Amino acid sequence: MQENNKVPEFNRETLDLIAQLIKRYPEGRQKSALLPVLHIAQAENKGWLSPGMMDYVASLLQIEPIEVYEVASFYSMYNLKPVGNCVIEVCQTGPCWLKGAENIVAHFESRLGIKPGETTADGQFTLKTVECLAACGTAPVIQVGTEYHENLTTEKVDQLLDQWKAENKMSHKNPYL
Amino acid sequence: MATKILLNNIEVPGLANFQVYRELGGYAAVEKALKTFTPDELTDEVKKSGIRGRGGAGFPTGMKWGFIDKQSENPRYLVCNYDESEPGTFKDRHLGQFNPHLLIEGMILGSYALGVKDAYIYIRGELFYVMKIIDKAIQEAYAKGFLGDNILGSGYSLNLYCHPGGGAYICGEETALLESLEGKRGNPRIKPPFPAIVGLYGCPTVVNNVETIAALPWIVNNGSEAYAAIGIGNSKGTKLISACGHINKPGIYEIELGLPVEEFIYSDEYCGGIINGNKLKAVVAGGSSVPILPAELILKTAAGEPRLMSYESLADGGFKTGTMMGSGGFIVMDHTTCIVKNLLTFARFYRHESCGQCSPCREGTSWMEKILMRIEGGQGTMKDIDLLVNIAKHVEGNTICPLGDAAAWPVASAILHFREEFEEHVKLQKCPF
Repeated sequence: MQENNKVPEFNRETLDLIAQLIKRYPEGRQKSALLPVLHIAQAENKGWLSPGMMDYVASLLQIEPIEVYEVASFYSMYNLKPVGNCVIEVCQTGPCWLKGAENIVAHFESRLGIKPGETTADGQFTLKTVECLAACGTAPVIQVGTEYHENLTTEKVDQLLDQWKAENKMSHKNPYL
Repeated sequence: MATKILLNNIEVPGLANFQVYRELGGYAAVEKALKTFTPDELTDEVKKSGIRGRGGAGFPTGMKWGFIDKQSENPRYLVCNYDESEPGTFKDRHLGQFNPHLLIEGMILGSYALGVKDAYIYIRGELFYVMKIIDKAIQEAYAKGFLGDNILGSGYSLNLYCHPGGGAYICGEETALLESLEGKRGNPRIKPPFPAIVGLYGCPTVVNNVETIAALPWIVNNGSEAYAAIGIGNSKGTKLISACGHINKPGIYEIELGLPVEEFIYSDEYCGGIINGNKLKAVVAGGSSVPILPAELILKTAAGEPRLMSYESLADGGFKTGTMMGSGGFIVMDHTTCIVKNLLTFARFYRHESCGQCSPCREGTSWMEKILMRIEGGQGTMKDIDLLVNIAKHVEGNTICPLGDAAAWPVASAILHFREEFEEHVKLQKCPF
């Protein structure tokens, strides 16, 4: 499933981190580190898991590539297509809906000129709707990388977007570092 | 004021640091347990406390521990279920973020009782920032000799690790969680065998919720009798309730089980009443999976008795007029709420989260969402309402894991109690809200 000839390679620091993670599980059970390693791999690959990256992860964990594909496609946090620099995930489940999540989604849509699932033409932002983020008491809620932003209003959304635009916000960072 | 077992000191600045936690009496339970209890005596204490699993199922914790296979020569595991994902539930996030050492202390106690040498905290991937707080606290506990080899010179050794999920509600189901911890898709396993016999890596395993584990230090420090003295009937101790929706004071509250629901909703100590002085319409009392109840039935049972926040009282009346304690995710809706639209968001959630293994759940959740979209969008028919009831009935009880039930109950109960609202959508050919 290699889409190009370029084989990804992590730097020494990342490889050491992965070696440490693998040690958390019994010998021969290194596959247990798959979900943690995929989080790292996605962050190192501009926020998405390319086939080449998944094959590389399979080689690091000494498992078959299919074992990585089937897992990456099951869990909602892994992106199997390219995304923008800053992925904005808006919770839309009941408790957030009760507190106006639809207005928040609509506001992001109009400010960014995209629908959920799309990326702005300049590659800066991707908008996603997601299910319950376990922060219902401070609804409506969004997640950007490992950050939660809670009790959102359209004014707060404006502030955040202005700030992220100014600083060229990047939501993909190795979450362990 | 109610006894604070879980939220005690939670507002103390820096509680996540070992030093602060220790100065407030932290890790005294580990010292006491390792010195004065054998593992079996500790298990007995937990049994006698009457504490029940706080993740949603309410199964007696001590009994669950008692099932662990002690004949097996394989290692045993304790896994903390920190996959908090049930809509309306946000208590565990709070506990781990502000009091990670309480969870760690509980994990040490549980692991000691069960004879566990390696334990894991499986935390939903979205809560990575909380995992890092817990990871830091774990490193402190190692440095201070509460984790690692020969804890406090007792001869008992334990390693504790955090493990992030990848975004999947189904991994809150304990066997799906174990699959996920093994690096696989979160497909629930067929039970039996139960994890206590065949769990993580095929070894005897206990999976307990964060809140359950966090109650263990208090039980050890104060004794099982003191714990069992709190609460009512078979609902012992305290419970965290995460309250959200149309209330003046959303948040996480620790209640003594048995508190009247009316007091919980209207007292300033808890939810502080309905926003804007609005009228209470409905409550989902235990996370999105449990049956919704209209105002009159959540405040009083069908027999006219005050409804209490306890396993028994919330369940009084069964599915006809009662609900369940569940995870303690308390979602309050005022009179401006469209029950159909709220249900549609739940149906979308379950469709999204179904693992796809069992046909009734995989297909049924998708059908229920589509039909609800039709009704909410003004294209529904009266037959659609009966069709929803029919689908819910065929999903319930026909799946490997309880996600099928969890998807069916909200639909069945919303139509049972608010049928006229569904009919109004059909008659008007639009949402009346």
